[in-house]
Amino acid sequence: MNKKNGNPMLQVEDIHISFGVLKALNGVSLEIHKGEILAIIGPNGAGKTSLVNVINGVYHPSRGHIFFEDKDLTTLSHHHIASLGIARTFQNVALFKGMTVLDNIMVGRNLKMGSNFFAQGIYWGFAQREEIRHRQVVEKVIDWLEIEHIRKTPAGMLPYGLQKRVELGRALAAEPKLLLLDEPMAGMNLEEKEDIARFILDANEELETTIALIEHDMGVVMDISDQVVVLDYGDKIAEGPPEKIRNNEKVIKAYLGTSAKK
Amino acid sequence: MGNTHGTLPQILLDNVRKYHEDKVAIREKDLGIWQSYSWADYYGNTKKFALGLASLGFKRGDRLSVIGDNRPQLYWAQVAALCLGGIPVPLYQDAIEKELEYIIEHSEAKFIVAEDQEQVDKMLALKEKVPSMEMIIYDDPRGMRHYNQPFIKSFTEVQALGLKFEEDHPGFFEQEVQKGKAEDTVLIAYTSGTTGNPKGVVLTHSNLLTNVRLIAKAEEYWDSDQVMAYLPMAWIGDSIYSLAMLLDIGFTINCPEAATTVMRDMREVGPTVIFCPPRIWENILTSIRVKMEDAAWIKQKMYAFFINVAQQVSSKQLRRQRVSLRLRLLYALGEFFVYGPLRDNLGMRKIRYAYTAGAALGPEVFQFYRSLGINLKQVYGLTETSAMCTYQPDDEVKLETVGIPLPATEIKIGEGGEVLIKSPGVFQGYYKNPEATSEALKDGFLCTGDAGIIDKDNHLIIIDRAKDVSTLANGTIFAPQFIENKLKFSPYIKEAITLGQGKEYVTAMVNIDMQSVGNWAERKNIGYTSYADLSQKPEVYDLIFNEVKKVNTSLYNEEQLRGAQIKRYLILHKELDPDDAEVTRTRKIRRGFIAKKYAELIDALYSDKKDVDVETKITYEDGRTTNIRASLKIREVEIFQVTQ
Repeated sequence: MNKKNGNPMLQVEDIHISFGVLKALNGVSLEIHKGEILAIIGPNGAGKTSLVNVINGVYHPSRGHIFFEDKDLTTLSHHHIASLGIARTFQNVALFKGMTVLDNIMVGRNLKMGSNFFAQGIYWGFAQREEIRHRQVVEKVIDWLEIEHIRKTPAGMLPYGLQKRVELGRALAAEPKLLLLDEPMAGMNLEEKEDIARFILDANEELETTIALIEHDMGVVMDISDQVVVLDYGDKIAEGPPEKIRNNEKVIKAYLGTSAKK
Repeated sequence: MGNTHGTLPQILLDNVRKYHEDKVAIREKDLGIWQSYSWADYYGNTKKFALGLASLGFKRGDRLSVIGDNRPQLYWAQVAALCLGGIPVPLYQDAIEKELEYIIEHSEAKFIVAEDQEQVDKMLALKEKVPSMEMIIYDDPRGMRHYNQPFIKSFTEVQALGLKFEEDHPGFFEQEVQKGKAEDTVLIAYTSGTTGNPKGVVLTHSNLLTNVRLIAKAEEYWDSDQVMAYLPMAWIGDSIYSLAMLLDIGFTINCPEAATTVMRDMREVGPTVIFCPPRIWENILTSIRVKMEDAAWIKQKMYAFFINVAQQVSSKQLRRQRVSLRLRLLYALGEFFVYGPLRDNLGMRKIRYAYTAGAALGPEVFQFYRSLGINLKQVYGLTETSAMCTYQPDDEVKLETVGIPLPATEIKIGEGGEVLIKSPGVFQGYYKNPEATSEALKDGFLCTGDAGIIDKDNHLIIIDRAKDVSTLANGTIFAPQFIENKLKFSPYIKEAITLGQGKEYVTAMVNIDMQSVGNWAERKNIGYTSYADLSQKPEVYDLIFNEVKKVNTSLYNEEQLRGAQIKRYLILHKELDPDDAEVTRTRKIRRGFIAKKYAELIDALYSDKKDVDVETKITYEDGRTTNIRASLKIREVEIFQVTQ
C-alpha cells in the first residue's frame, strides 16, 4: 500500500531532548504522510513516548523542528497543537473516573466549542444549541465504537479494555487530522486487541484519520501499519514498510530477537 | 379495529390514509435518541424498497430473508417483499452457519437483507454453497467499504433504484399490492425443533390476521399502545407483534439501541404491552435479587417486608379470598415505597398486559410479578398456531394454567394426554415436508406434542412435552420439566436437567448462574478463575445442596409427585449452549442429545461414584471447537419420606 502523496503531513526534523544526563531523543527525524498508519516501535526506554510528547507539545525539544501541515509546532503549547487537529491517547488510561463515558468523550469536543465557561454553565441559547450539535458527533463516536450500553456509566467503573476504548473515543471525538496512540492495546487480551485493531483501521480508512501509534505487539504492527519507525536508546535505527523492518539486521538485534524471522 | 382488508400491505395503505404523519409507527433508538418514523415514513420507506427489489428482479412468490437485530429497515424489507407478493423468511441472527445454510437452501431465498457487516460476512460464506442466493442487501454501511461485489448493495442504494423504477412504472406498486389475497403465504417461519432439521411453518395473511383479531377480541388493544420490538425477528411472537399487530391495530413498536441496552431503553419507552419468554422474567428477577443483596440495610429490610406483604395479598387474590384491611393498607404503603418504584425501574409502570409463553414459568416467579402489580399472564401457542391460542382473562388468572382458548379456537386432549388444537390460526403445513405435515395435522386438528390437561374452569394446563413425561422404575410419574422449573426458581441455578426414566430414583444436572453465584462467591471471599472452576467449589456445592433440598421439600408437599424427589445431583462445568446443540435457540433442552453427550455423567449419577472425569467439546460462535476436561463431583441429597 502506498499512500504517499505530496508533502508529508507531519515532519519531525532532527529532534533532541534530554532529561538531565539522559538523552531521550538523539536527533530523530521522521515523516508522516496523510492517510498513513505509522508505527513507532522500540524496546522500553527507547524514547517512543517522549517522541509523542514532543509532537503534541507536552515537551519542547532542545534542538530540532516539528512541522505540521507546514506550520512550525516546535514552540507551541499543547492545547494550541490540539486545536490544530492533533489528538492523542495515553499509555496509562487518563480518563475522568467519576464522569460518565458520555461526558468523557464530550471533553474531546471542548476545544471546538465556542461558548465560554459561563455561557456553558447557564446553558441557554447558543451554548445549548452548540452542545446539541457536539453531542451528535459524540453519539456517532459512541455508536462507532459500540459502547452504547455504557454511555451513562462512570468511566472508573469500567474494565480496563473498555476504558482504553473510551479514551480512543475521546480522541476521535476531536475529529483529529492526526491521531497519536500511545500503546492502545497494552494489557489487552487477544479479542480486545482484534477489536481495537479494527477500530484503528476503520478510523484510518473511513474517517480518513492519519495515525501514529506506539505498539509492542509485533503481530499487530506488521498487520496494520504502512510504515514503521524503530527507535533504540533515542536513535532512529530503521524505518520503512513492515516487511523491510522484519528483515532488518539492526532491528532484529536491538529489539525483535531472532524469533521474529518467519 | 374494523379492519377487513385481507393482506398486510393492503392494511398498510389504509393506515397511511388514516394516520399519515400524525402517528408514529416505529421508533428506533439511534445515536442515543429515539428516532421516530410515522406511518407515512413507514409507507414511503417500504414502497421505495419494494420497487427497488422489483427493479432488481424480485418477483411474486420469491423468498426474502432478513437477518439481524430488530431494525426498522428489516421490518420494511419484509413488508416490501409482501407488497410484491413475495414471502419473508426471517432468520435467527445468532444461528450457526449450518442452520442458516439449511434454511436458506430449503426456502430458496433469493434476496437476503442483513443488518451489518457481521451478518453480510455470514451470508458471503454461504453464497457459494447456496446458489439460489442472488443478492445481499445491508443496512449499516459500517465496515462495508471494501465489499464491491456486484451482488452486494446497501439498503439506501436499493431504495434509490426504487425511486427510479417508480418514474418508469407509475402505479406498479399499488397494482401489486391489490393483487395480494388473504390466502397468500405471509411468512415461512422456521422452528428450531428439539430434534432434526428446522421445519418451515407456512402461514397465510389470513392465519396471522384472523388470529390477531381474535386476540384483540379477547383482550383490549389500542392504537396508542407501545410495544418493544426486541425479541428475535425469526420468532413468531415478534412477527405477530411487530408485523401483524403493528399494522392491524396501528400501535407503535420500539426498537432498542442494542441487545445490551434493552432494559434501559424499555424504561424510557414505558411499554403498555410486553411479551417475554420465561427466561427473561427469570433473569430480571435474578438481577433484582442480586441488586437487593448489595443494597443498603434499610432498603433490604423494606424490600423483604413489603414483598412479603405483596405475596400474601396476591396469593389471597389468586385464591379469591378476602384481603384483610390491614394487608390492604400495608399494600398501599408498599405500592408507594417499593412496588411502584420497582416497576418504574423495570420500565413496567404502564404495563397493561404482560405475557409469558414458550416454556413453563415457575409459579413462584409468576406470583412475584403479579404481586408487584404487573398483570402477568401465561399464554400458550406455537408457531404452527400463529402464536397465541389461549389466554387468561383478567379476572381468571391462575398460577399453573395457560388459560382458556381464544374465541373460535377449539382445544381437546388426545391420546397420551397430547394437546390438540383447531383454530383459524393453524398453519398450512411444513414447507416442502408433506410427511411432517400429515403427522402434525390430523382431521383439522394440530397435534402439538405437548402433554396437558383441562381443568374444571376450561383452563389448559401444560405438564411437559408429551414424549418427556415418564415414569420411574417403581411406576411413579415423573415430569422432568416440572422439577427443573422448580430448581430454576433458585437465583443460583440457571438451567437444570432432571433424569429418571426407568431408573430407581431422580437425579439432576445443574448449571449455576454465573452472575448470582459469582456475586455470592465474591461476598463470601471465595476466589475463582472461571465458570468451570467456580462450579466445582465445595462451597458452591453446599449452596446448591440447600436449593435442591428446598425443591425436595416442595415436591414432598404434592402428593402425586412425592416419589420423584432428587436423590443425587452434579453441577456441570460448562453452560448449556445452543452452539453446542445442547439447547435450542429458544433455550429448550434437547434431552436426547444431552443423554448421548453426557452419557458418562449420567452413568456416574446412577452409581456410587463421588466424582467423574469428563471431556467435552465446546463450539465457538465462528464454528471453531475446543475440548475442555474436568472432574465433576456428585452429591447426594436426603429424600423426605412419609412417616407414620
